[in-house]
Amino acid sequence: MNDYHDLVRRAKEQITEVTAAELAARRNAPPVLVDVREAYEAATGIIPGAHLAPRGVLEKAMPQIAPDTSTEVVLYCTVGNRSALAALVLAQMGYTAVASLAGGIAHWRVNGYPIEMPAGAGDTDARYARHLALPEIGRAGQQRLGESRVLVVGAGGLGSPAALYLAAAGVGTLGIVDYDVIDVSNLQRQVLHDTARIGSLKVDSAAATLSALNPWVAVETHAIRLEASNVAEIASGYDVVVDGTDSFPARYLLNDAALNLRIPVVHGSVVRFEGQLMVVDPYRGPCYRCVFPVPPPPELSPSCAEAGVLGAIPGVIGSLQAVEAVKLLLGIGETLAGRLLVFDGLAGQIDVFSTARDPGCEACADPDRPPVLVDYDEACRPVR
Amino acid sequence: MPTIRIPTLLRPAVGGVARVEAEGATIGEVLAGAAALHPEFGDLVFESDGSLKRFLAVFLGGRDVRHLRGLDTPVPPGAEIIILPAAAGGAR
Repeated sequence: MNDYHDLVRRAKEQITEVTAAELAARRNAPPVLVDVREAYEAATGIIPGAHLAPRGVLEKAMPQIAPDTSTEVVLYCTVGNRSALAALVLAQMGYTAVASLAGGIAHWRVNGYPIEMPAGAGDTDARYARHLALPEIGRAGQQRLGESRVLVVGAGGLGSPAALYLAAAGVGTLGIVDYDVIDVSNLQRQVLHDTARIGSLKVDSAAATLSALNPWVAVETHAIRLEASNVAEIASGYDVVVDGTDSFPARYLLNDAALNLRIPVVHGSVVRFEGQLMVVDPYRGPCYRCVFPVPPPPELSPSCAEAGVLGAIPGVIGSLQAVEAVKLLLGIGETLAGRLLVFDGLAGQIDVFSTARDPGCEACADPDRPPVLVDYDEACRPVR
Repeated sequence: MPTIRIPTLLRPAVGGVARVEAEGATIGEVLAGAAALHPEFGDLVFESDGSLKRFLAVFLGGRDVRHLRGLDTPVPPGAEIIILPAAAGGAR
């Protein structure tokens, strides 16, 4: 296998590098500078005038930063490795005058060249002041949130409040999975989106809303339907998954994937005036299948489109999902692993029930044999 | 007499009400008592062999009865039993 260092070494053979001194000498006619680090890294200071485009969004951002591919572009990161890899990608995009800053911003700094704070970065203490006031979060917890990665599956009724609160909380990277486009009937509850964006991809709308709320969050969009063939690749690398899917096949597939990847999942679901919430901590607590081994028959499990839902109900459950995700990321409090929370909005009642691992569970009985990832039909039978 | 709390989606089987009272000293007896009053409810919760339908979670005193004694779990007089199918919606 070619590991990271092999890739970086080979990239540096193929690209152009500039030194900090060469870049500094261009003060009066600077090239377009692009910082490819994550927002939380850029928040510690950037080279004056640099555009921010973390590697995850670089390809999408470049046409706005430099529409003309003959523009002279210098990429930098911390020490010059990621920017070398990124320079290769820009060459593939057709950029003809790309260089990477050798030694990255670290060399720039030790040579005493100027650093500036990116717009808004200085507001970190103010932005998270209410978190910093909490002994359970504080500065260390806030830093940890900034280094965390959460995947929100479904940018709908549940995913909207969950993603909004996680972005507002300063979770460093949010992945959003949704293949759908916005319909006017979504807007009664899917508060990530707005009327002007009807017909747009939900993931693009989500990225725009979340970035406007908190530009220091990197949003990774996955405009794709989760299937057995892609779920492991999409979910791997995230610390927590928030399940805001809208069907049993997707819920059971996500449960299976989480067991394989050993990533905790915060499941939420809603219908009419009711909602359910549980945390799956793989192999340490019950999985979704331990509690619901099979889905109800279709007549007892209508979608929200069929049975209706009060818009604020997913608002409640999705917000609780954000609470559970933060607790999991920070290791604070008692999560809802091993418990099922049921909210009845009409009755004005919340119940929390104890559940337990099922020793005969089809999905999680044997930690050494995680479930094979297969697509399920509407009755959650494997589709071959 | 024990009470069974009925979620909205299952209420059509019990004449639309949110709670059903039924006699019985165990989970199985109380559910069977409710089924005697509402035959549709019986079809909903029991398999033909008399076991509980697998898609339903049943809770007594905040605990899943599958981890107590299942249908044989004793039910104190006046206790509340909650039956619950999984919900699917993510509000697409």
